[in-house]
Amino acid sequence: MSLARTVLPYVISGISVGGQYALIAIGYTMVYGILRLINFAHGDVFMVAGLMMVYLVASVPLVLAIPLMIALTVLLGFAIERVAYKPLRTAPRMSVMISAIGVSYLLQNLALYITGGLNKNYPAIPWISDRITVFGMETTRVTVITPFLTIFLVAVLVWLINHTKIGMAMRAVSVDFETSQLMGIKINSVISATFIIGTFLAAVGSVLYFTNYPGVVPTSGAMPGLKAFVAAVFGGIGSIPGAVIGAFIIGICESIIKGLDTILIVNGAITEQIGLATFSDAFTFVLLIVILVFKPTGLFGEKTTDKV
Amino acid sequence: MTETKSRRASWLALLLILLFWAAVILLDQIIKPTDKLYMLLTVLQKGSVYALAAVSMNLLNGYTGLFSLGHAGFMLVGAYTYAIFTIPSTARDTVYQYYNAAIRVSFPEIFSGALGGFGTVLGVALAVILAGLMAAILAYLIGLPVLRLKSDYLAIATLGFAEIVRAVFQWSKLGPITNGSNLLKSFARTSTFKLSIGEMSISLSTFVPVLIATLSITVIVLIVNSTYGRAFKAIRDDEVAAEAMGINLARHKMLSFVTSSFFAGVAGATMAMVLSIAQANNFKSAMTYEILLMVVLGGIGSISGSVMGSMLFVAASEWWLRGLDSGRFLGINAPGVFRNGFRLVVFSVVIMIVVLFFRKGIMGERELPDLFRKRKKPAVKEATE
Amino acid sequence: MKKILALAMALIMLFALCACGSQPAASSAPAANSSDNEASANPVVKIGVFEPQSGDNGAGGKQEVLGMQYANQLTPTVEIAGQVYDVELVYADNASSNDKAPTAAQTLISNGVSLVLGSYGSGVSIAAGDTFSAAGVPAIGVTCTNPQVTSDCDVYFRICFLDPFQGTVLANYAKSELKATKAYCLAKQGDDYSGGLCNYFIEAFGKENCVYEQFPEGTSDYSTYITNAQNQGCDVFFSPVSTEAAAQIIAKADTQALGMPILAGDTWDSNVILNAAKGTDVQVCVTTFYQEGADANFDAGIKAWINGDATALANNGGNDELAAVTVMGFDAYYVALEALKAAGSTDPAEVLKVLPSLNYEGVTGAIAFDEIGDALRDSAFVKECNTETGVWDFVTVAKVG
Repeated sequence: MSLARTVLPYVISGISVGGQYALIAIGYTMVYGILRLINFAHGDVFMVAGLMMVYLVASVPLVLAIPLMIALTVLLGFAIERVAYKPLRTAPRMSVMISAIGVSYLLQNLALYITGGLNKNYPAIPWISDRITVFGMETTRVTVITPFLTIFLVAVLVWLINHTKIGMAMRAVSVDFETSQLMGIKINSVISATFIIGTFLAAVGSVLYFTNYPGVVPTSGAMPGLKAFVAAVFGGIGSIPGAVIGAFIIGICESIIKGLDTILIVNGAITEQIGLATFSDAFTFVLLIVILVFKPTGLFGEKTTDKV
Repeated sequence: MTETKSRRASWLALLLILLFWAAVILLDQIIKPTDKLYMLLTVLQKGSVYALAAVSMNLLNGYTGLFSLGHAGFMLVGAYTYAIFTIPSTARDTVYQYYNAAIRVSFPEIFSGALGGFGTVLGVALAVILAGLMAAILAYLIGLPVLRLKSDYLAIATLGFAEIVRAVFQWSKLGPITNGSNLLKSFARTSTFKLSIGEMSISLSTFVPVLIATLSITVIVLIVNSTYGRAFKAIRDDEVAAEAMGINLARHKMLSFVTSSFFAGVAGATMAMVLSIAQANNFKSAMTYEILLMVVLGGIGSISGSVMGSMLFVAASEWWLRGLDSGRFLGINAPGVFRNGFRLVVFSVVIMIVVLFFRKGIMGERELPDLFRKRKKPAVKEATE
Repeated sequence: MKKILALAMALIMLFALCACGSQPAASSAPAANSSDNEASANPVVKIGVFEPQSGDNGAGGKQEVLGMQYANQLTPTVEIAGQVYDVELVYADNASSNDKAPTAAQTLISNGVSLVLGSYGSGVSIAAGDTFSAAGVPAIGVTCTNPQVTSDCDVYFRICFLDPFQGTVLANYAKSELKATKAYCLAKQGDDYSGGLCNYFIEAFGKENCVYEQFPEGTSDYSTYITNAQNQGCDVFFSPVSTEAAAQIIAKADTQALGMPILAGDTWDSNVILNAAKGTDVQVCVTTFYQEGADANFDAGIKAWINGDATALANNGGNDELAAVTVMGFDAYYVALEALKAAGSTDPAEVLKVLPSLNYEGVTGAIAFDEIGDALRDSAFVKECNTETGVWDFVTVAKVG
């Protein structure tokens, strides 16, 4: 079996996961760009989106459930910002981050309470969860759709930021918070808009992600959330294309590492399993630390100087 | 005049600690595991572990202003070091059932051979100190690259390191040392700590963790009140100003990071003792978050606050609020609402209220003795709240 | 505003304090018999139920508890030394987590139970063994199959077979019936049940013919492991993991056209697996304790009970397909009653004394313990999932040797 033949399935599933991470990462990078806040609760909002879908499908038809789920998730993101972050706008950054951790803790515990701590099966969405064959490889349609959908949504978002009034306001706020306030920009509505866009993309991401991996538990959002944040840092925080590229790199690396033992054995490099798959999550953080040490602003980040 | 006063305060503190220890030993003898009140001892045991962990995190986050989220990783290293070096040789092969154990040293065994009962104590103490040292060494290595990073980047980098450490300890190739991802057990643990005088056997299962926690916290208090502690606070309040005053930033940050990790390692070792098992899987970032929330509950920058915060946290989650999970609470029977997980929901709501409205926590930056002093300027206090 | 909040907080704290004074602090979920208890004047004997109700093994734990609840409903009293006692089941959720297990065990002990049943999943039982041992409270494992549960703990007994036996049975079945030459083994990292079973399977199958991988906790992507198995040219997929993971593995095996049979242990004998495999073309085989239909009266009785109780039905995953663990839970309850009768006392120490010599003829076969407290069982049922009808087809009874 040739190298390309063995590696291909991992790359394809990696691209798909990467696309799903990208949709979450945008929420992180936009919020960080404007508020300088690691929104630890973002991953959990993603998980809640998954759970809402599970419960909504049980009571309303699918065509209604998806838009309803997205609307409710967006509402949740908006509410979290208003309740947990807005009162702390003048507080030290550490307090806001603690508040974010608190929200994450609350969301996870709520999910634990509602689900009773049991795994919930994500409903199968027709068409996108169908089985198809790509390059002689059996997979689901969602795997193939994800990267294209992601790129399309990002393109729309970039256009939004570059060509609309609210986009311009967002850019202004992320450059200088206080000055833009003086210039008459309504800071609060800009921040709310950021959270709405971020959670909207996370909600879309959750549909793709959970269709691919159909089990929702209260901690489902934690790891994808952290990885998406790493992706945002890796690509340069505040930069949307950076976050997307970072997410794809992380998704592909992760997937290849999970299969690295097999790839090496099949190609004769090693003779027995060495358990590299253990490091599939840890490798993301290795990437993070390497980039933070050598290029703290990320691949596409802008250089900033600290004011005293 | 102030000197004699502070000396008197120190004596008083010592006396109180001794009284507390005596009370704990007494409780240990009176309360049996089958008693309802045994939960009090469980809370004291777990509470002291978390108190130590919270205080050591406070040293870093509250006193030095370095927002680190790697605590679980250092506790993991401490727990494993302690466990590996205290498993008796007879149990070693059973514990390492899938691997051929590489480390076959058991401190309590070595020393008890030469010194008897005292040797066991020495062995356990040495293992605990080694646990702290291993965590400290790891912290030094991690600190070299990451301490240069600014607040939230530092937080995420240390969080990442904790995850990496967890993965390394679960790696099957390290199985002969760490037992892979399987749990370590049968090592010296609280239920085996007993003092035998003739016929009498005195149980020390609660006293040992309490002793370790009080000693460690006392050391941290001494550090905080030393010149180092003042330097840490200066760094927290204004890095640039602190540097201008001649404080070596890199050195002091590293010192704070390493000290904090040392005690996190000790806390990890104590946790292994109390739980009687050690497994890498349990030291997730959620544990760090929990400790952080205890610190916040007690007040960032207050050691007595952290102790109270963690004791309250543990008591509420393990004991008082249990009824919320099992259908009956305060005499109200509502199995539909009070079911599994409700306790944690109530708990997280309370924490969010504290985070949002009582940002200073229980103690703010005050310490317990401050409460007994006269309030000098109540007006100022009102304003800052 | 802040002052009101502060007051409210203080009140909450105060109430919490009062609660611990006036309330039985440990959990005592309202069992089916709680209302009877108040009416009758019989003294109460408590049996602890140490089972996961949440986490990875939560669904399985609930099914195991169902058996005990049904048995408790059939036989709510026991006569100990001439006195009739009401049996109360006291629950503690070990949350499938090794670090929560000792505290859960402690709540049961503090609540004054005479003996403990459980758990589903071996790791929690191993972790809690020390706590039970320190208090001298006997525990009867229901489906924890790892050898370490009893080998290292003098108060732990169990009524199920062990991993070395089950692993060998499965390996033999894979070799002789499925004609497999290379096996892919998948376990969960740090999980004593799947890790132990894989280990003994590999021992029996031959290390050189096995590919062994472990996935970390919280894994949602099983597709890579299926690709790994395909790429390495394996012809049997052995994954005795939790039912949650199982459902996803089966789904992925279907979409990725796995092309080899999936083999697993007793945890997979559950309707979760049947639902997941129904309508797919995945071949699933399991070894287990019980084959539905072996005792028609029992089957009919428990099914009627499950269908009549909404909570029970929900806990069983929405239908009345019996899981082997439910039946094991049922037997465990009666073993506990036998032990109480034989001991003639509700004192844990007395119960512990009589357990080694206990004999009981249960629905799943004769139950007796050997000198380390393990059940003397020498056979397992092999079943295969019928993907068209969604029920288990009986294949054979397997023995070692």
